[in-house]
This record gives sequence, structure tokens and C-alpha cells, in this order.
Amino acid sequence: MKLVAYAIAVSAILATGPGPAAAQDRSILVQSTTSTANSGLYDYLLPIFHDKTGITVNVVAVGTGQAIKNAQNCDGDVLLVHATPAEEKFVADGFGVKRSDLMYNDFIIVGPAADPAGVKGMKDAEAALTKIAGSKSIFASRGDDSGTHKKEQALWKSAGIDPTGASGSWYRETGSGMGATLNTGIGMGAYVLTDRATWISFANKGDFEIVVEGAKNLFNQYGVILVNPEKCPSVKTEEGQAFIDWLLSDDGQTAIAGYRVDGQQLFFPDAS
Amino acid sequence: MQDLGGAIQLALSLIVSADRNLAEIVSLSLLVSLTATALSCIIGVTLGAVLATTRFAGRGAVIAVVNALMGLPPVVIGLIVYLALSRSGPLGFLGLLYTPTAMIIAQTILVTPIVAALSRQILEDLHVEYDEYFRSLCLPHRNVVAALIWDGRFSVLTAGLAGFGRAVAEVGAVIIVGGNIDHLTRVMTTAIALETSKGDLALALALGTILMAIALFVNGLVYYIRCTALRSAYA
Amino acid sequence: MAGASWPPLRAGGAERCSLAVNDLWYLAGGRALLSGINLTLGRSGITVLMGPNGAGKSLLLRVVHGLAAPTSGAVTWGGRSLNEETRRNIALVFQKPALLRRTVAANVDFVLAARGVKDRTDRRNELLETVDLANRADQPARLLSGGEQQRLALARALATDPCVLLLDEPTASLDPASSLRIEQIIALVAARGVRVILVTHDVGQARRLADDVVFMSHGQVVEMGFADSFFSAPQSERARAFLDGRFVL
Repeated sequence: MKLVAYAIAVSAILATGPGPAAAQDRSILVQSTTSTANSGLYDYLLPIFHDKTGITVNVVAVGTGQAIKNAQNCDGDVLLVHATPAEEKFVADGFGVKRSDLMYNDFIIVGPAADPAGVKGMKDAEAALTKIAGSKSIFASRGDDSGTHKKEQALWKSAGIDPTGASGSWYRETGSGMGATLNTGIGMGAYVLTDRATWISFANKGDFEIVVEGAKNLFNQYGVILVNPEKCPSVKTEEGQAFIDWLLSDDGQTAIAGYRVDGQQLFFPDAS
Repeated sequence: MQDLGGAIQLALSLIVSADRNLAEIVSLSLLVSLTATALSCIIGVTLGAVLATTRFAGRGAVIAVVNALMGLPPVVIGLIVYLALSRSGPLGFLGLLYTPTAMIIAQTILVTPIVAALSRQILEDLHVEYDEYFRSLCLPHRNVVAALIWDGRFSVLTAGLAGFGRAVAEVGAVIIVGGNIDHLTRVMTTAIALETSKGDLALALALGTILMAIALFVNGLVYYIRCTALRSAYA
Repeated sequence: MAGASWPPLRAGGAERCSLAVNDLWYLAGGRALLSGINLTLGRSGITVLMGPNGAGKSLLLRVVHGLAAPTSGAVTWGGRSLNEETRRNIALVFQKPALLRRTVAANVDFVLAARGVKDRTDRRNELLETVDLANRADQPARLLSGGEQQRLALARALATDPCVLLLDEPTASLDPASSLRIEQIIALVAARGVRVILVTHDVGQARRLADDVVFMSHGQVVEMGFADSFFSAPQSERARAFLDGRFVL
């Protein structure tokens, strides 16, 4: 009898996947960057959306690079990431229907209170990175082709420095997500480029603080794209588009602006 | 390790408060890993028994491969299963990616070599002991296999336990094929990874403590069954 | 060597229980472990295979059962060569029985089930009575004493309802009292018409049980004949030396 009960429980749970068995249950799969998930934004937004539409949104949170790759493999209905050039290429290559600006926040550089490179309070990201490199202060990089990693590479490039030559000495590529890289960076007293949302909601800050912020080129734009149903017939166009439409609507934008951690607003809606 | 005491306290308060999310995650962990272990036992013990009782060309190579597969990293298995189940993969039409079924498939692949290799060794030792007697009885091969598995069932159970331990503790495979989707495919290990990446080390450690307690409970249960059964028929 | 009157025909056994071995050779590692064995044994009675260690007795027992395949030569039972069907009539008991990790009763049931016996309880109880283990039925087989284990092995052998019972030094590691009980069972089984072939080193046991004797040395049959004449007047020097307890080369 126990076995029968177990078998029933198994089949019940197995039937709840976003697969064909769940066709009746309206749900979509979002391939997302980690910062939006780790900061708790989805925990706040998705119930509101579900109440309005009855659509369940399942989120796979990985680095932007992997999220795009997964979406190219048709393993998702909506892509929500933060690497505008890569997103535009995704659409240009025919994998996405259309890219829309959704919201923004900004990147910051965090570092140990002792500030060995002396960059605290700087407004110019490139200058700060140049100082960090010059003093050979430890810098922890995502090194995982994520949106944040792409941003960091662009900053190094415009500073005219190729830090990869120092990889393994002062420049350390963790090859992990934002949270793991922060844990590692804090563990070894390294400067880290992170998005503000992840940092604010991050619980293991140690003695670290924000050392560089407010620079114009630290702007962090998030975009949302419906995966192209012509390339991927499995895409749930109707539900996916409904989610995107809601996010871009006044309703959704207000909801995004309303999400706060410790009294701070994490994401700033900017849908046009 | 000043976090450890706090983590255990947090773990206890989570258990006492019967947190609904926690219960969901724990049940899914158990469901996925126990189902995968059960499937692995069916496949692995059969394979182990065949390897233990038959002699054929290339048998040594097969055993070496099975033994080597025990060391396959979960991430690699996760990737292989992902590529197979992805919408653009050969089995994409099944729509299994990011479901508990996909996690069970991945863990079954992960655990089967362990169960097969360990039960092969256990059953082969038993086979050496019984072989001449069974041959003197002119026992058909399937009866030989059945008798070996039955008589070795408690040792084989230990092999299954080793497999369960690996399944319930791995994160690499389930996070890729399950996606760590809240309320759908989030299990203990992926939740621990998530809390770690959020920097909430105390909660991560608390979840780890609960996972350990579950593993301990399952092991204790099997140990108890084994001891009770040993007293009756095994010597 | 005995004359044409040997081996004797006794009542009770079936024709299929009579053994003929013809020019049997078993070579291993460039050595002949059995060389040119010729043997005919009648359909009933107890034949004792004797000889020093390394004579090839146990190997011969395995070959006539079919557990080991000879290099050349023929083994026939009642004129029919060894095959699955003939082998199913032959039970073999080893010096160290491989008892299943189950209860005494389950060990017997296992054999009965393998032989397709549907209603096993009565037959099993009867067999356990025969070997005096009925009161141990529910105990783990592996917790029995050495003598009890060997009696259980006998019960398992008898559960196949054999016409031939091959015994490979069944009492070699038992104390005299336990050995005696085994011997009583063997005698009883033989009296019921089962053809028994027993390998033993124990001259006393051979004297007590044997109807006839096959004496082996160095992979050859040195001498065979009725027990009475073998023990009172062995024909070969080797058999005489063995019976006197002298070292045999």
C-alpha cells in the first residue's frame, strides 16, 4: 500500500513539469540572469502576474551567456538578461522576436574597507580599474561570459588594459555566478564588479563596501525578448507575450519600481 | 566556523516551524533521489549480476568501464542529459527538460554505475561460493541470478545506499537539467547552492544540516532493517 | 583386480543409476590428473573411492557428475551420456557445503522449488526428519554446527530425489560422533535404493559403509573389488601400504 501511495506521489509530481503533460496548466519558462532571481525580484513580481493572469512563470537563473545559449536551444519561452549587444545579436540571428528595454540599475565596484588600491570614492570606473591594475591589487572576475563579465571586459578594454595576462596572480577569474564570485572575492579581499541589486540583497558582505559607483558607463540595462516561435515551435507565444506585455505595461513597470530591499529600490523601469 | 552553531539553530527552527517551502524542497529531494536510486538498483543490480555470473569476451573491459563511470562528475552527466533533453536535442520532443523527471534521469545515470560496480563485486564473491553447488543442481541461469540477488540483498542494499548518498548530495547534474526552478525543481542541494550564491551562508548551512540529518535517517533506517533481517535468516 | 563377477548387481536401483567410465583422461598444466580410468559400477550399493591425497578421487567424482569436463574418454549413466537430464538424477555433496544464507527450511525449499515441486511443506518436513533437523527448521543455516550443516547438505541433495548420491569427503572436518550420524544417514539412503559413491580418507568409515571399493593413486585406478576382500587381502602394494597407514608414493 505504501508502495502504491509512493507511485501515485511520483506520478503526480512528475506530471507537473512544463512538459506536454502540463499543457492545460498555463506556464512559461523564463531563461534569466541570476541577479534578477538572487535579488528576490521574481519572488515579488511573479505572484502579482500570476494573480492577474493565472499564468505560472518558471525561472531558470543562470549567467547571461548560458541563458542566451539555453534560449537558442529552444529551452525557454522568454529571455530576460542584461547584455544589450548580445541580446541584439540574438534577435538579429533570428532566435528572438524583438528586444525591449525593461529596466536598469547600475554596476558598482565593491572592495575591502582597507582599500589597498586607494580607489574609494572614485567616480570613473576606468581610472579605478587602472589604479587597481597598477597596484596589482586583487580583482575577482566572474570569468563566465555573463552579462556582468561582458561589462567588466568592456571596461578593461576602454581603460586600455588587458588583465588576462595577470590571470592567476592579481586578476582572478572564478568562473562562477555573481554570488559565488562575491563570496570568493570577499574571502580573499579582492575588488569585485557587481550589479547593485545583487549587492544590496547579498547577505555575506563581511567588511566590504561600495568603493566605486555613479559612473555613467556603469549603467546596467536589462532587456526582455520573446524566443522566436518560428525557430522554436515549442515556445508558448501567447503566454510568453502576455508576460512581456505585462512587464512593459504601466502596471508591470510600477511593480518593478515598487520592489525594495532594506528600503532601497533595486531596479528602475525604463520601458519606452 | 562561528556560523556552525547559528546554522544548526536555524536548521532546528526551520524544522520546528514546519516551513512549507522547506517541506516541499525536502520531499522533492527525497522523491527524486529515492526514485533514481530505485531505478538504478533495478538496472545496476541486474547488470552487476550478469557481469558477476557470466564470462564473455570483453567482460574485463566492461567492468573497467563501469568502475570508471563511478567517477563521472555529475556536471558532465547533467550536460549530457541536458543536450539530450533540450528542445533542440534528440529527445527534446518529450518536453522533459526542467522537470523532476529529467532530474531522475540524470541521477539514475549517475548512480547506476555505482550500484552496478558494487553489486557486481558483492554478487561475484557470493557466486564464487555458490557456483559449484548451483552447477551441481543444473540450475538455470536466471535462477542463479535470482538466488544470488536474494541472498546478497542486504549487501546489495548497502550498494543502493551508497548510490542514494551520491544522488541526494549531488548538485551539478540536477541544477543543469532541473534548472533550480522554485516550487518545481528546487531540491536541497540546489537550494543550498542558491543560498550560498545569495551570500546567506547560515541558511545554506542550515539546509546542509537538514540534508545530513535526512541522509543519516535513511542510513539508520536501512541499518535497522538489515540488523533485524540478519538476525532471522542471514549468518 | 577382481574377477568378472564384480561389480555385483543389487536390487533396488534403476538401470540409469549404473555408471560406466571408459578410458577417461583429464589433463591440466601438462600433467595427467586422471589417466585412463576404466570403471563400471552397478545400479545400487555404496562404493567407496579411496586413496591418498592427490590421487584424483574428488576430480573423478566431479567428472562423473559433469561438473568438470574430461580431456577425453566417456562417462555414461545407464548407457546414456552426461547431459542435463541424466545429471538431474545425480546429487553431489561437497566437503564444505555451500549453504544458502537462509533458514534451514528455506535451503531445502530452494531445491524443491528448483525441481518444480509445488507442494513443498510436507516433503521438506519429511527430509528434515530424515536428517534429524526438523527442530532447526527456522534457524539460519549458517549458524548450524559443522555436522548439522553437512546433514542439511544431505537433505538438500535428497530433495532432488536422486538415483545417485555422490559424496566428496562429507565427514572430513567433523568429529567422530557427527561423522557417525552422517554415516547412518548414508546407510539409510543406500538401503532405500539410492546408488552412493563416497570419497573418503577414513579407512574406518570405508570399512563400515563400503559394499565395494575403488582404490586410486596418481590419477589411476589401482585396485577395485568387494569391500570384504579389499580390506582383508588388498592385491596391490599401494593399497596395502595405505591401509596400514604407511606413506604411499
